[in-house]
Amino acid sequence: MNCENVIHELSDFIDGDLNAALKQELESHLRNCEDCRLVVDQTKKTIEIFCDSEPVELPSEVRTRLHDALRSKFKEAAH
Amino acid sequence: MSPLSLLSTPNPHRLASKVAREDEHQLVAAAKSGDIKAFEELVNRYERKIFRLTMNITRNREDAEDAMQDAFLKSYSHLKSFQGDSRFYTWLVRIAANEALMRLRKRRPNQFSLDEPIEGDEDLMPRELQDWGPGPEQRFAQTEMRQILSGVIDELEPEYRTVFVLRDIEELSTEETADAVGISVPAVKSRLLRARLKLREKLNRYFRQGGAN
Repeated sequence: MNCENVIHELSDFIDGDLNAALKQELESHLRNCEDCRLVVDQTKKTIEIFCDSEPVELPSEVRTRLHDALRSKFKEAAH
Repeated sequence: MSPLSLLSTPNPHRLASKVAREDEHQLVAAAKSGDIKAFEELVNRYERKIFRLTMNITRNREDAEDAMQDAFLKSYSHLKSFQGDSRFYTWLVRIAANEALMRLRKRRPNQFSLDEPIEGDEDLMPRELQDWGPGPEQRFAQTEMRQILSGVIDELEPEYRTVFVLRDIEELSTEETADAVGISVPAVKSRLLRARLKLREKLNRYFRQGGAN
């Protein structure tokens, strides 16, 4: 497996979707290739950072409009 | 919209519900049987995340707000048809993604197509390779980090951004993402790989050791 193959299999490797043989080949390449190790680690970190980012509070005027619309919907459904 | 305009807003008032907040399943069951408070509790629980999702897809404040609102209204209207095959949140994400995508397509019909295959043989090999050091995100204040993430995702093309948001931030499965966007599973995988590589490269500008900004 070369560096180009690693990049093509990167997502499946990160998601744990690679079959055992390919995973072993890729891990063997990573042991000897610092550049690919960086790409794999940093791509994992990128996903982790986005995944862990907390959504900000809803702007109060947006929230008010949403809940007003919901209350109208509830009333409409009740009749 | 400036990412800053989403910050510094008061905590929303949390509505009480007779059903424990931790249990989505019970809340959904109560809402289906007509408990409005239970549905409001679900809205309180997910409104921020759904707004983040619609903002991330549309990158337009007005469209994001409309898409979020319509997603909650539609989920209420169709609650009885929700069978519980997936989590309620996953079902809601798919409705919200659909609403956001409709608005994105309407606003920018000629700029891109989410449906056309874009997978090519372009060189995917990363060019920018520098050490980030441990915990690169910890070198930034929370507000600054939010701006960075908002900025880099804004730079991503919509077809990549949408798949990344649904798959990696909302944690839909590849199949669910394909279904929500209306593209094939191989197309989702291909776009997700490109999105991840592009975002890594964009974050490299901030995280590389000694070379922020």
